Amino acid sequence: MRRRWEWLRSWESLLLVILVAVIGFNVLKAPFYLQIDNQINLFQLHIEEIIVALIMTFIIINAEIDLSVGSVMGLAGCVMAFLWERGVPIEVGIAAALFTGVLVGVFNGFMVAYVGLTSLVVTLAGLIGYRGLAHVLLEDRSIGNFPKWFNQLGQQPLVWHIPFAMIAFFVMLVIALVILQNSGFGRYVYVIGNNKDVARYSGVNVRRIKMTLFVASGLISAFAGLLLAARLGSMRGDTATGTELTVITMVVLGGVSIFGGSGSLYGVLLSILIVLNLRNGMGLLNIPGDTQTGVIGALLILSVLVPNIAQEVRSLWSRRQRAQRVQAAEEQKGG
Amino acid sequence: MGSLRRYFHPEQLREFSLVFLIVAIFLFFGSQIPGYFSPRIFNRVTSDVAIITVVAIGETLVLLTRNYDLSVGSIVGLTAFFVGKQLSFYPDMLPALALLLAIGAGALMGVFNGLIIAYGRVPSLIATLGTLAIYRSMLVAYPGNKIVVTNDFPKWVLDLGSTSLISIGGFDIKPVVAVALLVFIIFQLITTYLSYGRRLYAIGSNPEAARVGGLPEQQIVFWAFVLCGALAGLGGFMFMVRYGDLTTAAAQGMELQVIAAAVVGGVSTNGGVGTMIGALLGAFMINLLQQSLLRWLRISNFWVDAFLGMLILLAVTIDAVIVSRLRVIWAQTGLETRPGGEKEESHAA
Repeated sequence: MRRRWEWLRSWESLLLVILVAVIGFNVLKAPFYLQIDNQINLFQLHIEEIIVALIMTFIIINAEIDLSVGSVMGLAGCVMAFLWERGVPIEVGIAAALFTGVLVGVFNGFMVAYVGLTSLVVTLAGLIGYRGLAHVLLEDRSIGNFPKWFNQLGQQPLVWHIPFAMIAFFVMLVIALVILQNSGFGRYVYVIGNNKDVARYSGVNVRRIKMTLFVASGLISAFAGLLLAARLGSMRGDTATGTELTVITMVVLGGVSIFGGSGSLYGVLLSILIVLNLRNGMGLLNIPGDTQTGVIGALLILSVLVPNIAQEVRSLWSRRQRAQRVQAAEEQKGG
Repeated sequence: MGSLRRYFHPEQLREFSLVFLIVAIFLFFGSQIPGYFSPRIFNRVTSDVAIITVVAIGETLVLLTRNYDLSVGSIVGLTAFFVGKQLSFYPDMLPALALLLAIGAGALMGVFNGLIIAYGRVPSLIATLGTLAIYRSMLVAYPGNKIVVTNDFPKWVLDLGSTSLISIGGFDIKPVVAVALLVFIIFQLITTYLSYGRRLYAIGSNPEAARVGGLPEQQIVFWAFVLCGALAGLGGFMFMVRYGDLTTAAAQGMELQVIAAAVVGGVSTNGGVGTMIGALLGAFMINLLQQSLLRWLRISNFWVDAFLGMLILLAVTIDAVIVSRLRVIWAQTGLETRPGGEKEESHAA
């Protein structure tokens, strides 16, 4: 009987309750909320971030972090825009942008996996450095006027009501689910996150897996940057600044431990839905974007703080019960 | 080798090489840029460095305990903006009160950080990434118009920014610079001689051992964040005095410059290693290099960030590759010169 209800106490079920509450609030507040276009729009407004959140889940489970994703998005978009401005065909620009993402990923991965630096410092330097390169390319110009098909791909529905980026997200979600929860590679990601040394002594090629993850992160971030360029229809040096905050919030809120080794994509999917609906709800209430970012920041802290406090209370409770039991036993012995 | 070993630590090598580098930068650009040794560049670099140094010293306290504070940029911006607003509403406010208000506001934000991190056991990276956003959004949500201009300030603020305490042939020591030097001396003494300072190192180099050894870890980490917040508040006051015109983007991204200064100055992000003089030298070198490059190549301001990122990576790589190897050599020569001597620090992670 007890095991049957065990899942109720899991993090995912808590997320589900929060999600239902947020959606319920939105439905009551806005009559248009449930319409299909609003539902798609809700995804579409942050589609780049949730795509990056997928690979970030892998990286954080692997006990690393990538703070440079926002800057890589910006850099890739700027590379494409820079080339386009100089008359290079857009297809070549897209290829160059994706290649830039791979290059950046190789660099991050090399520094982390082979030189042995902490990913936090490497990607913090990347956060500054790649953003700097994006500014170097575009300076203070804003570049738009991309080909019509490129903008349409970002802004118009591709099939029925659904735009290209959303299809890409769901395809990548399925692939990520299969790899992380059902493949040998996914197992290794967890094992390394739990204990890197044990994994290495058991013959797991830790370096290669970390390298693969960082290269994938660079490539996917670059792809997300291109999607953003297509959706906005123009690029600036500071486009996608601060994306890392939302992405990491989504992953950590989803129950992935920042120390690695635990968490699942299902939880992340739930937290993605929560963040999207929360933003949509705040938008419906006319709360400005900067305040929304503050709320996301608070959510990030609470998502770690609340379980910690709960655990503290639980251990305090069990300690007190044990003390009572000991006391009762001693009284029995004495009497 | 033995006697050399007694007087130097591999960590000190960093400070020596920084001094050497700074002299080299001076000499190189002095020969390239006409009028490089003019008071103008000196005054400009010193007052910029002063602000970064004060905040970097606070950040170093936190880094020593193997934590991060990414929210300092937002704290500097929020206190500068908040105190600036108050001063424009109440121009009669005593200067000392305004200063206390800034330090107090910063300390309060530090308390918030410290509570979450030390007592709520939230990893500092997560917590301060969150408060980075929260403090900045508080600044944006601050009622009234979103800008503070120099004209709003009482006269003493403007005077404080432009007067000089000591002036030798045009080379000024401005009040902000004096404050930075004072803060540097105080915290260098605290971290070298006071038990609180030594405990910061103890916790950072081995938290487990420090806990087993009976150090009140939570309390020490908490106060490190409070001090860091208070110093960032002081930095905010200095920022307001130095720049005058403030927008809601004030000091945005300063946390990166501050961490860069500390890391280039040899403060380890793995905790337990680093000195205040290192942070000071790091801040000085980065700013000097930036200002010099801007004048020499006439490169645009946009290069500065790309360059800063590279500098951090370079510093950390050197740390990982060279200094850790040197440490091993030091320990080994120790074994040779003192047979049976204890093997210390040979496995620096």
